[in-house]
Amino acid sequence: MTNHWIDIANSDAILIIGSNVAETHPIACKWIGKAQDRGAPVIHVDPRFTRTSAKADIHCALRPGTDIAFMGGLIRYAIEQNLISREYLAAYTNAPYLVHPKFAFTDGLFSGFNQATGRYDQATWTFQAGPDGQPLTDPTLQHPQSVFQHLKRHYARYTPEMVAAVTGIPKETFLKAAKAFCATGAPGKAGTILYAMGTTHHTVGSQNVRSHAVLQLLLGNIGIAGGGINALRGHANVQGSTDFGLLYGSLPGYLALPRQQDHPTLASYLEKETPKAGFWANKPKFFVSLLKAWWGDKAARENDFCYDYLPKASGDCSYLAMFEAMLARKLRGLIVIGQNPAVSGANLGMERKALGQLDWLVVRDLFPTETASFWSAPGVDPAAIKTEVFLLPASTYLEKEGSVTNSGRWIQWRYRVTEPLGAARSDGWFINNLVLRLKRLYVGSLQPKDRPILDLHWGYGEDRPDVDRIAREVNGYYWVDRKQVRNFTALKDDGSTACGNWIMSGFYFEENRAKSRKAEPEGIGANLGWGYAWPLNRRILYNRASARPNGDPWNPDRVVLRWDPAAAQWVGNDIPDFRADLAPTAPGGGNPFIMRADGKGALFSPLVEGPFPEHYEPFESPVRNLLSTVQRNPLVRLNPADWNRLGDATQFPIVATTYRLAEHHHATTRYLTWLVEMMPNMFVEMGRELAEEKGIKNGDVCTILSARGQIRAVACVTDRLKPFAINGRKIHQIGLPWHWGFVGISRGDSANLLTPHVGDANTQIPEFKAFLCDVRRGG
Amino acid sequence: MAEMAMLIDVTRCTACRACQVACKEWNRLPGETTSFTGSYQNPPDLSATTWTLVQFREAADGEGLHWRFRKAQCMHCTDAICHAVCPNDAVTKYPEGNVVINQDRCQGCLRCVENCPFQVPHLNPATKKTAKCTGCVDRVMNGLPPACVKTCTSGALQYGSRARLLREARARRDKLFPRGVIYGEREMGGLHVLYLLPGPPARYGLPEGLAGGGALGAALQRMTRFALSGRG
Repeated sequence: MTNHWIDIANSDAILIIGSNVAETHPIACKWIGKAQDRGAPVIHVDPRFTRTSAKADIHCALRPGTDIAFMGGLIRYAIEQNLISREYLAAYTNAPYLVHPKFAFTDGLFSGFNQATGRYDQATWTFQAGPDGQPLTDPTLQHPQSVFQHLKRHYARYTPEMVAAVTGIPKETFLKAAKAFCATGAPGKAGTILYAMGTTHHTVGSQNVRSHAVLQLLLGNIGIAGGGINALRGHANVQGSTDFGLLYGSLPGYLALPRQQDHPTLASYLEKETPKAGFWANKPKFFVSLLKAWWGDKAARENDFCYDYLPKASGDCSYLAMFEAMLARKLRGLIVIGQNPAVSGANLGMERKALGQLDWLVVRDLFPTETASFWSAPGVDPAAIKTEVFLLPASTYLEKEGSVTNSGRWIQWRYRVTEPLGAARSDGWFINNLVLRLKRLYVGSLQPKDRPILDLHWGYGEDRPDVDRIAREVNGYYWVDRKQVRNFTALKDDGSTACGNWIMSGFYFEENRAKSRKAEPEGIGANLGWGYAWPLNRRILYNRASARPNGDPWNPDRVVLRWDPAAAQWVGNDIPDFRADLAPTAPGGGNPFIMRADGKGALFSPLVEGPFPEHYEPFESPVRNLLSTVQRNPLVRLNPADWNRLGDATQFPIVATTYRLAEHHHATTRYLTWLVEMMPNMFVEMGRELAEEKGIKNGDVCTILSARGQIRAVACVTDRLKPFAINGRKIHQIGLPWHWGFVGISRGDSANLLTPHVGDANTQIPEFKAFLCDVRRGG
Repeated sequence: MAEMAMLIDVTRCTACRACQVACKEWNRLPGETTSFTGSYQNPPDLSATTWTLVQFREAADGEGLHWRFRKAQCMHCTDAICHAVCPNDAVTKYPEGNVVINQDRCQGCLRCVENCPFQVPHLNPATKKTAKCTGCVDRVMNGLPPACVKTCTSGALQYGSRARLLREARARRDKLFPRGVIYGEREMGGLHVLYLLPGPPARYGLPEGLAGGGALGAALQRMTRFALSGRG
């Protein structure tokens, strides 16, 4: 989140797209409700009418996979109706920049596409520079080569009629939503976008999120209270886990994972990964301090701080690629912690088969999961499986101590309330013991390949690790005296400081502020004394933009920060997300987006598919792309293996999407009787018209088929799902919760037996949310 | 302790059903064996082991589609019929408002089951006694809110002085829901579970015409059975 949960209450309009917040993040509704009570309209964009839609003022039922068509429509509407925040745009974004004269967009493709390689040459996705190297600009935003005019032309095609034809949202409903949300472009008004995996689980997932950024910058909604782009992260600590490098492409603190080809040496890594300007120019300090935390005394300037010890990635290391490597027996062992890929993965027929190609598999979980039991899945002959499986009992969140980081980047400490039962142990215990035992196994080895383990700086005690010591390392300390650094501004790239995760640095200087619990009696809900928000306890990112270029707040009633000329300081309700004494008129004083080299919000920003989000159809779609002749994201590669067939709309004419329910957590809670009684069986939601066509009645058992598999589910026939009117055609949809699997006290078929193994071109996140299927009565 | 009540603000309920689970957890009630029959509502009805339940109702009108949620449970009536008809003096009415069936005294005669205008008490086939929500009498007498209120995620449930909750409910209705209804102010002599409804009680499966007091309500109840178990 750029903002945080409580801040949602400050919004004047709430756009929920790609999230069923009432069911997946129920407590958020407390804050949404407060905004609603003040008159803020809530717009829910979702294929299905859900518990969130029931509380919303406007429900837009969009066909799965058409988010960019919808968002593009809002972008066009905001520009056409002149609802954009011009002063904000000119001052804080790259809207005035002049783009390379040869930059173009023609029929679904940006300039530079190489048909042979399927990649772009991005040479024209750049700005025209003056003699000083700075981009040429037109602050009036009128120059035809300006980013703003390019943007305006790009989205000119996204008319309300086009939005309706592509998404299936009736034009009047779209216009109602557009009017309600784009009204927040007025100075002093705030609109927030809440999204989750309904946005990201697409082959255009990254561009879906980008489209949110473009709209919010146009409306001046970033950096202000009640605004922002707010990813509703899963579970209690998904934010924390990605902060700590859970993603396959990153190390802790969003430092890029070194790749063999690009980063053979420390010098090449720092050279390639460090921008010349912006806050990321400090990256070498964070990276070297991380190496120092990991290899301690052994990490010295002479040996590149043990950079060579760090494993280097080669090829595609994403989740999808990992399972493909398993299937090909290129990957032989797997440790699964806090995940159940045999239910939650894509194209499960293939992924469960891939698990059977492993030599060994370790699963740590609270219960026997489908992953630990894959060898007994329906249709699998256990005798044919050679994989050795170890199931290790894990402890629950009540049985361990440490921090969790919520979606709003708030780091909050939790205490252990009881000891784990039986042989159950915490994940920290497991990792600590694994490392200590590995170290003992390698003692005496003279082989250089064993040095990374032998030299690993590891001092958290025996058995259960000392979480306080871990927390101190995460904050960072001076190597010489082990004293905590004040925050990451103290970190150095010379080996004199160690820091486990620079973005969190500052949370534990004199005290562990994750334990702080001072609620704010009034103000804007920042609660600066409650927990600690990274970075540096800032609650709203880019908050320089909460004030006008001259330093006066856009909204005097909801001040985040304002410039106090007498004190020559920024003052207000939050910690400045920039230098607190940098005057508005000083050089760089109007650059809120400090992580970017130019300090400006990027309307124009290249991802691999292009600098502006463009609608492409899902990999399985029942219709032609109406916006261009390019049907699918041209940068996405589908593994053409037999197990990954794509369905044709003549055979599989129904659009399917998957989702979660309030009553279940992943696949784990199907062991809990109180939750199982509320949601006891796998079901399929469908509209009345489809049910009538298929002769299906409420409660009937049905079979759902895709090109990759088939499952059984009980029918939930409801008015809440309706067919989409797409360009004159009627397209039916079904919805499938994905919680079920073949173990637990409530068992059922897994929805992901149907989904394709294809991912977003930037992140490889699988396309769970839009695929084709057919339904028939009977099991 | 003053007269207390629970306010169920339907306008804030998102049907997350944490209240259902919290009730079972605190009161040590077992999960029932259910099956999905085409509605999110499950278990289908209140029972001797399900003391509170969120009901789901789908309806369409000129304004569009509605999915209405209402938490159902014992209303803890002032003129509690269960109390009036119990031949074994098994029902206790507390000054705070709680109406509790004493399991030691209940003989399972079913009179409370047959006469409750809200169809709340149910016979437990295992114990041959009737059971229902106690208003978490063991919690509230010790200064804790009922378990469902404690766990409510969206702020839909509140527990406190009945007079204060009525005042707050009225203020909220007047400001935000001009067509809203406060249910329970006079029904059955006054309920200790109050609802703020954005529309007519019938849309939420709540019987009307019970505001005349206990005797009249009881008579009405004997003549009429209300369909209370909305599902959809």
